[in-house]
Amino acid sequence: MMQATKTKTNGVIEGYVAREPKITIDGDTAMIEAQNVYYRNVNDAVRQVIADGAKTVKLLDINGQRYIGTGLRAKGVKIEVNGTAGNDMAMFMDGPAVEVFGNAQDGVGNTMNAGTVIVHGDAGDVLGYGMRGGKVFIKGDVGYRVGIHMKAYENHVPIMVCGGKSRDFFGEYMAGGMLVLLGMNSQFEGPLVGGYLGAGMHGGEIFLRGEVEPWQVGKECGIFVADEEDLARLRPVLEEYCAAFDMPIDEVLSVPLTKLVPISHRPYGKLYVYV
Amino acid sequence: MPASLIQPEFKVKIDYDKCHKCGRCVQQCGWGVYSFNERPIPDDTKCRACHRCVTYCPAHCITIQKNDLAFRDNPHWTPALRKSVWRQAESGGVMLTGMGNDRPYLNVFDHLVLDACQVTNPSIDPLREPMELRTYLGRKPDSVEVETDGNGGFHLKEGTGVSNNIQLETPIIFSPMSYGSVSLNVHKSLAMAAERCGILMNTGEGGLHADLFPYQDHVIVQVASGRFGVTPEYLNRGAAMEIKIGQGAKPGIGGHLPGEKINREVSETRMIPTGTDAISPAPHHDIYSIEDLRQLIYSLKEATGYKPVGVKIAAVHNVAAIASGIVRAGADYVYLDGFRGGTGAAPQIIRDHIGIPIEIAIAVVDQRLRDEGIRNQASIIAAGSIRSSADMAKAIALGADVVAVGSAALMALGCHLCQGCHTGSCSWGLTTQKAELTRRVDPEWGAERLTNLVHAWSHELQEILGALGVNAVESLRGSRERLRAIGLDEQTCKILGVKPAGL
Repeated sequence: MMQATKTKTNGVIEGYVAREPKITIDGDTAMIEAQNVYYRNVNDAVRQVIADGAKTVKLLDINGQRYIGTGLRAKGVKIEVNGTAGNDMAMFMDGPAVEVFGNAQDGVGNTMNAGTVIVHGDAGDVLGYGMRGGKVFIKGDVGYRVGIHMKAYENHVPIMVCGGKSRDFFGEYMAGGMLVLLGMNSQFEGPLVGGYLGAGMHGGEIFLRGEVEPWQVGKECGIFVADEEDLARLRPVLEEYCAAFDMPIDEVLSVPLTKLVPISHRPYGKLYVYV
Repeated sequence: MPASLIQPEFKVKIDYDKCHKCGRCVQQCGWGVYSFNERPIPDDTKCRACHRCVTYCPAHCITIQKNDLAFRDNPHWTPALRKSVWRQAESGGVMLTGMGNDRPYLNVFDHLVLDACQVTNPSIDPLREPMELRTYLGRKPDSVEVETDGNGGFHLKEGTGVSNNIQLETPIIFSPMSYGSVSLNVHKSLAMAAERCGILMNTGEGGLHADLFPYQDHVIVQVASGRFGVTPEYLNRGAAMEIKIGQGAKPGIGGHLPGEKINREVSETRMIPTGTDAISPAPHHDIYSIEDLRQLIYSLKEATGYKPVGVKIAAVHNVAAIASGIVRAGADYVYLDGFRGGTGAAPQIIRDHIGIPIEIAIAVVDQRLRDEGIRNQASIIAAGSIRSSADMAKAIALGADVVAVGSAALMALGCHLCQGCHTGSCSWGLTTQKAELTRRVDPEWGAERLTNLVHAWSHELQEILGALGVNAVESLRGSRERLRAIGLDEQTCKILGVKPAGL
């Protein structure tokens, strides 16, 4: 019976209305009023105003609408999200800069190719899954499975910095790029990060502000203290991060950083015998 | 101590009286069987019986025989099992192999027969009468809207009907095989043949090489757990997108493309560094539920202006319920891969012991979707060892819309089912990235052979339909009344929805 009810409403999720949002254009800035507007209409409007030449898109009253910036190939475009961004924001995104004034839900930067995402709040699970390039900066805490299978390729080097704490599986299967966890802007009780940290890691590097217990770390990782060379690579990233959230970089660097890197690029190279 | 207890599986015999001593066998063998000292000298231990040397020997002086060493009879401990124990005792490794399940499980297709018209209704001659094989892949509307054309006729209202479907000229497509697991020339052959036949090829999880861009309207682009080569551009180039959840040859486990196969071009297409393992996690880590699957389906649609999205799963025990969830999640097609489906590399234990036959899966999924009144919402693609047009016709009669062929397509290109895909040394130049081997497949030659195969099966399907007295493949779909079982137990017949022969 549920199916029948859904069909009648064209599959629109309860609480949202499939209607065109109100759009105000001011020069190359477009303002989209998204309150209760179904995600398809919101994202259609975003694509439309960008196609019409908008360079800045302001989304007002976002309340869980999914797929903001998903699949967008628009370098130089800035999307400002006011409210709580829904799942899979900036998924497959290639170019734009998205800034969220609020929290973000799951899947931010999923399989993202290029661009930047800044979240002035917390974010959910599975951030940056399979991310290949661009930057994701989260001010606060993040959930489970963050940075899974991030990968680098030539000049595509994905970077994710999370300012708070993280749950389990941080950087699992990581194949490339840089993943940073600061543990500073946190509402979580308990440790900096959960277990299975970097499990199955075979590329890239993870930096943690503070220490981790060996039991938390996947057996494929080597645990080091970040040295001068590492910090030289990190500093510009952290400077950009601190600028985004108006944080003092000295405080970020006041605690030694732990570095995790894979022991092997081929963790399972010796697992098999050929028949 | 002996280095190994395992004796060669095959014996390579050369009739030196006939041998030209030309060395072509040495050159042709990708496994390194032959050395040359005035005449070719084979090392039996390396032979996989792929017959490359046999095919290319100008003197026809090479034969490959089974090394039929007698073991004391014990049907419980087959020679293969004894060898496996020795192999693992020597190595401690997980046994890795290629192609599909080679165990002698009951083959349901071989226990099903098709009907034909006799006397009471006429059969049709497809050589002289129209016989429609065209098939539309994708979601069909619950109802259609028609409007009058003003001249007493009607036509479909614009935007209704099958507008978002992919038109296939025949219900056969090529199954996903990634660039990386197979060579670029194989991919080109498949893409060219797909275009010529009006069907589809599938990238598998390896990205889309730029050389295939001209054929992109005949390409399904796959999104698997490793997300290799998945960019907005890639998604938008495909005719459809496919979320790969599972594969018949290795349900429930991920993939490891070994670093040796990641050369420069594979690395570019997958967008990963050369030489590192390409590891696909076992699950998609953004899919832990049907709701999550819906989220991924719609993210792909959002990213591409609502192109069709399919979901590929391995046929497993609860396949009907899973498929129902997939359809409700918004998939435009469900791709079912049976346990005999092939692979570029899989642990042998997984390949041979996990999953269920495709015949059963088609029947239960089709029935479940009908019972729930959602069969029109998605097409069913059936794969996992479709060996002939007969298998295809039976699969369609059981409820599939389209069949996908992988092993048969590779065989058209020279594969002899030697099960050495995982080694990266395929002598036929199919499942390898070694330049000296991959150049053995000329895409033009490959496309022609694949086109021949698809056309031949299509003609045979037309003959079968004609015998059944129907003039469109649509009329056969799910028509299990046109099947009968021989030698299947009552319970299996019931599950298949097929009567035993005689009833």
